[in-house]
Amino acid sequence: MNHLTEEELVLYYYGEGDGAAAVREHLDACETCRAGYACLQRVLNVVDSAPVPERPAHYEAQVWRRLRPSVGRQGGAWARLSWPLLWPARHWAMAAAVAALVAGAFWTGRYYSNAPRSPQLASAPGQVRERILLVAVGDHLERSQMVLLELVNARPGEPLDVASERERAGDLVAENRLYRQTAARTGDARVASVLDDLEPVLLEIAHGPGRLNPEEVEKLRRRIEGDGILFKVRVAGSTVRHREEQAAPNAGRKSL
Amino acid sequence: MEMSDSVAVAQARAGDSGAFRVLVERHSRNLFRLAYRMTGHQEDADDVVQETFLRAYRQLEKFDERASFGTWLYRIAANCSLDLIRARKRRGERQEGAEEGAPDPIQSLPDAAPPPDRLAMSGEVGRKVAGALNELSDMERTAFVLRHYEGMCIEEIGRTLGVQPNSAKHSIFRAVQKLRRALEPLVSSAS
Repeated sequence: MNHLTEEELVLYYYGEGDGAAAVREHLDACETCRAGYACLQRVLNVVDSAPVPERPAHYEAQVWRRLRPSVGRQGGAWARLSWPLLWPARHWAMAAAVAALVAGAFWTGRYYSNAPRSPQLASAPGQVRERILLVAVGDHLERSQMVLLELVNARPGEPLDVASERERAGDLVAENRLYRQTAARTGDARVASVLDDLEPVLLEIAHGPGRLNPEEVEKLRRRIEGDGILFKVRVAGSTVRHREEQAAPNAGRKSL
Repeated sequence: MEMSDSVAVAQARAGDSGAFRVLVERHSRNLFRLAYRMTGHQEDADDVVQETFLRAYRQLEKFDERASFGTWLYRIAANCSLDLIRARKRRGERQEGAEEGAPDPIQSLPDAAPPPDRLAMSGEVGRKVAGALNELSDMERTAFVLRHYEGMCIEEIGRTLGVQPNSAKHSIFRAVQKLRRALEPLVSSAS
């Protein structure tokens, strides 16, 4: 008598496969296989006892609270039209604010640079500007990092649909330019340099195909890893976040 | 009357964030369970839940209304979990258990195991199972979790993970084999 294989027993346990009736018949007749199946059942039953930590009573509300800023700020027809743009919209608004601040600072400096000002009044706009810039750049680096991570972590040897990453990279390119120029203008060479390195990678993703074959995925991965851009972005992001925290109570920092 | 998933999806697509909230509140706890079983880490599982809903929201237009929204979410969550596990591995930060630096639960199994009721009471069985699950490869663990805990059929698992059903099936076989090797001494001594 041929005994049942472990694979047949596993399929039978999960109710998969075609030969359930034959397996049952065999189990009824064969003590060895019955013992083997009983052992499998015990092991798999014990696996059920793996604990899952309980979430707090208001877990669902907590999840929603964290999601809420990113979800559905527009309604009806506008939401349908702008669905793919909902995410970038927030960042475009931030970029526009930064652009306005930069332009404002430029024109203020141009026309009022010689006017006497009290130190407090003089430092206030700079402080606010710095905070906004840091928040915006930190956010930008974080989103860039996410795009790069998704590509770097793609399953090797398989094609990859990058339509979403491509779209996001396209949005990030325009922001990246703005922040790079601002960083250079405000004398923050380190951030400017990282953004400078990031830009061609974002461009490559944004202008690449929506679906990559395994070779293209590998090439892109090597490009990202080879340049160490992910590491640079991560370090710059964490530095910017740190400065952002420090900028809240402190005034008078001049660079980005 | 409770809003069905399909009605909530239709309203969320039309821009009703309240309808999306219904979906979030309905599915987040189950998604956490799936994500925790796949990642073995609470904070990672919380991140997966968050990322799953964000991806779902961004791709809501692509959701086929004839399918089950829950299954679709599970697919996204399974892929988010895999992404996270891979990212962790790449960074060499993979958690080997609930506590960093804790000894391998399988290795630390005492020679004379206490009776099963005491084991269950002390959570020892759970820790051993968690340790055994951590020994599985990403694909084995994912396929096994989807089959064993979530009751997905092999074909569905293949679709979720983007592999052939046969490959999903063999991942499950290998996972069961490894779990048997790790846990059989425990169940033998308990029986």
